Amino acid sequence: MISPSHYWHGFVGVQTREWLRFWQQRTRFASALVRPLLWLVVFAAGFRAVLGISIIPPYDTYITYENYIAPGLCGMIILFNSMQGALSMVYDRELGSMRVLLTSPLPRPFLLVTKLLAMGGVSVAQVYLFLALALLVDVEPPNWGYLAVLPALILTSLMLGALGLLIATWVKQLENFAGVMNFVIFPMFFLSSALYPLWRMNEASPWLYWICQFNPFTHAVEAIRFSLYLSWNSQAFGITAGTTLVLALLATASFRPQRTRILGKDSA
Amino acid sequence: MNNRLKRTALAAMIGLSTPALASVAYVSNEKDNTLSIIDTDTHMVLETIEVGQRPRGILLSKDHTKLYICASDDDTVQVLDLATRKIIDTLPSGEDPEQFALHPNNKHLYIANEDDAIVTVVDVDTKDVLAQIDVGIEPEGMAVSPDGKWAVNTSETTSMLHWINTETFEIEKNIVVGQRPRHVEFSKDSKIAWASAEIGGTVHIIDVDKLEQIHQMSFKVPGVNQDRVQPVGIELTSDGKYAFVALGPSNHVAVVDAQSYEVLDYLLVGARVWQLDLDKDEKHLYTTNGVSGDVSVIDVDELKVLKSIKVGRYPWGVVIDPSS
Repeated sequence: MISPSHYWHGFVGVQTREWLRFWQQRTRFASALVRPLLWLVVFAAGFRAVLGISIIPPYDTYITYENYIAPGLCGMIILFNSMQGALSMVYDRELGSMRVLLTSPLPRPFLLVTKLLAMGGVSVAQVYLFLALALLVDVEPPNWGYLAVLPALILTSLMLGALGLLIATWVKQLENFAGVMNFVIFPMFFLSSALYPLWRMNEASPWLYWICQFNPFTHAVEAIRFSLYLSWNSQAFGITAGTTLVLALLATASFRPQRTRILGKDSA
Repeated sequence: MNNRLKRTALAAMIGLSTPALASVAYVSNEKDNTLSIIDTDTHMVLETIEVGQRPRGILLSKDHTKLYICASDDDTVQVLDLATRKIIDTLPSGEDPEQFALHPNNKHLYIANEDDAIVTVVDVDTKDVLAQIDVGIEPEGMAVSPDGKWAVNTSETTSMLHWINTETFEIEKNIVVGQRPRHVEFSKDSKIAWASAEIGGTVHIIDVDKLEQIHQMSFKVPGVNQDRVQPVGIELTSDGKYAFVALGPSNHVAVVDAQSYEVLDYLLVGARVWQLDLDKDEKHLYTTNGVSGDVSVIDVDELKVLKSIKVGRYPWGVVIDPSS
């Protein structure tokens, strides 16, 4: 019989391990912050005045491009972390602690969700660090926005973590990360509202607009954007939550640790 | 019991309706021939009223009971009664009035007539034209010093400030400034005048006692092409701390330290920001953004843009009634 304290032990164990890993791989996580900061400082500087032509919700007035892309870059941090984290589970599955973890009597969905939450926690901490640095380029959301955005950040990290997990089941080797970058991360990021508002996409091409609309990352970014500015966007939250649920179910159902063994035999 | 409830409800309603005498801002919409009235507490448009053709410059009478409107294409100045919000009179203005200024005596209205290269002085009570003063080509900006001694007109093509003695109605001095001067604003003590030059991209600070320029400043908005930086409206806080300069098609308002003349910040507002006005306690600055058709509200303490309010097409002038 598994008691709640077992669950708690399992939960704390996974969380602790993730934070230990974060601490040990400080440089990797620091470099994960450099990417969005480059976008914010270098890319956005050139487009600073481009966007000041229309007011879009949740903003009450004209905003600089830095302000526009900041929520998208928060999403980018979570996107990269989730994909990297999920793929490192492939590695873990073969050699590391995930293998030990999965031998525990705790139900696998619980373990996987715990793992996703742990990865999400690290991502969220990085997002807050990024938002603190973004203050230097005058990205100043309302004070309560920093608290209000937390559920959207957790939800986004769960959604992208579940997606990463699902992809990880199909990726055979860790080296395939480049493929994931090209076929998952970049299309998800660029074909979303992270860099340009959707009305701009619609002006450029209705096709692009519809692809962006069907990209769940768009809705995750909008959920972050609206809650950071203390507005509620039920469509963005609904779609993000729904996608998270579907992906988590698919991921837990398709996660097969024995697959590694077969692969191991194949590769031997 | 029932009656008492009714009385309470009535009292509550009266209590609620009293603050409805909201403080308001008036905005002239050049293309719509209308005036938008904005509640400065809720930042919502309360009412839009029809006025003459191509309303541009607007100003309040010193007793805050009337609003004067330059109806440029009607070649007249309209008088709006603020209590009834109805046009009650018109004043002779000369051709194509764009900007004007009211003397502190609440009687003499100085109107710049762009096409005729003159400044017309009208007595608003008797409607008599007291003087027509020849100035440079395309007179535009008009200001009267708070002490009432000077009326200043800017002429766009001549690039001059014409200093008119308000007792003799004669020009006493011309000061050459940057290209296409558009607006003059006096400090509350009448000692300093700020003049913007749209094409020159400069603001000129004039010592009024000496009638000499003491400083000239220019602006550089990050990420905006320099030829889009065109200073127009200027507004000064009465504590002498800040000067705000509307920088036209750069879509920014410059915040200037009024003592050191150093630019402290550039605030992003709507497209082609034109004229500015501060509210009664100088907590909020309102800007008219012509091309984007809205009014931006700036928090003066925080130096942040709070909101942009949609008004009519090509909002030109903005005036906040301090008595309401």
